[in-house]
Amino acid sequence: MTDEWSIRRIVRTMIPLLAALSVLQLVSGTVLETYEAVLVSNPALLVLVPVQIGTAGNLASITCSRLTTQLYLGTYELDPSNPDLRANAGAVFALAGTVFGVVGVAAWAIGVALGGTLGLGRVLLVSLVSGMLLAVLVVVTSVAAVEISYRMGFNPDDTTIPVVTNVCDIAGVLILFAVVSVVV
Amino acid sequence: MPGHDTARDVYRQALPVILVSLVAGLFAGTILGSETMRAGISEVPGLLLLLPAFLATRGGVYGSLGARLSTGLHQGLIEPRFRLDRRLRNAILASFINGMTVSVFIAVVTYLWLTLLGTEGNLLQLVGIMVVAGFLSAVLMISVLIAVIFVGYRRGLDPDNVIGPVVTTLGDVFGVLFLLVGIYIVGVVL
Repeated sequence: MTDEWSIRRIVRTMIPLLAALSVLQLVSGTVLETYEAVLVSNPALLVLVPVQIGTAGNLASITCSRLTTQLYLGTYELDPSNPDLRANAGAVFALAGTVFGVVGVAAWAIGVALGGTLGLGRVLLVSLVSGMLLAVLVVVTSVAAVEISYRMGFNPDDTTIPVVTNVCDIAGVLILFAVVSVVV
Repeated sequence: MPGHDTARDVYRQALPVILVSLVAGLFAGTILGSETMRAGISEVPGLLLLLPAFLATRGGVYGSLGARLSTGLHQGLIEPRFRLDRRLRNAILASFINGMTVSVFIAVVTYLWLTLLGTEGNLLQLVGIMVVAGFLSAVLMISVLIAVIFVGYRRGLDPDNVIGPVVTTLGDVFGVLFLLVGIYIVGVVL
């Protein structure tokens, strides 16, 4: 029997995964690096970065674990009129609206305290627009991931959360800066 | 009935967890937006490039340590005592090795990517910052995780429900803070 608690085994299983993950994260790093000048002169936007990444991952993991549970209970169905699917999507949009509204105001205030000059309207617009786009992405990728892993015979509990949270982490930064380049 | 809530129910249940992580994110963001950090970002090429990877691996390394300890407790393989038996010691050492290896790996890949993009980077500086930040994160995350899991378990909390929020919250806040410490120390030494 292999020893699940040997150092060598834990390190060998984890390192390739972690290395692949960090190379993937360089995509969002490259976007951040491209906007270095804008970020350094507007601290409010720097404040938005970790919040955007964190909230995207949270919303994604909530949606995925709910969809997976509903799949096992037999109440999930890929149909816009399915009540559970509508409840999940509705909750994600309501949560995103609340959180990114609060985040916009907070990031603006912190930005001003740190010497930034960006106005409340713009920070709020960046936060809300990128947050709502992110909510759409979270719902679409979660449903797609659950559908695909179910059809391919994978256990969605194992596959969807790591895949969707990482995709949404990276997409969170991409969306944020797509909106920043239009608004700021 | 589980899995059969309305949008309002889901909203109410999820909001507290989301708000906690929001506060943590704002803390991390404030450190990131501080004058010292912005100066560091301008002075150290590649710092923004490695930031998402550095933060993401915190979740990977210490989230899996938490999940492993939690499974071990549930299976009765480890005991919720602060005594180093073989399994507990191995799990801790392995996550330390993972954390440090990946931190150095990120620094090297960032340096290579910078060179590829045609920007002048400093390998020693990036590795130094990642070693300091990786080491401090490892010490803090491992001690807090073990304390929270063991104390929580003895009081009847299911560690599976605690690990996620603890790792994301602490990982983000202290990840960014230790990055700042790393920049400072490497700036003094180099």
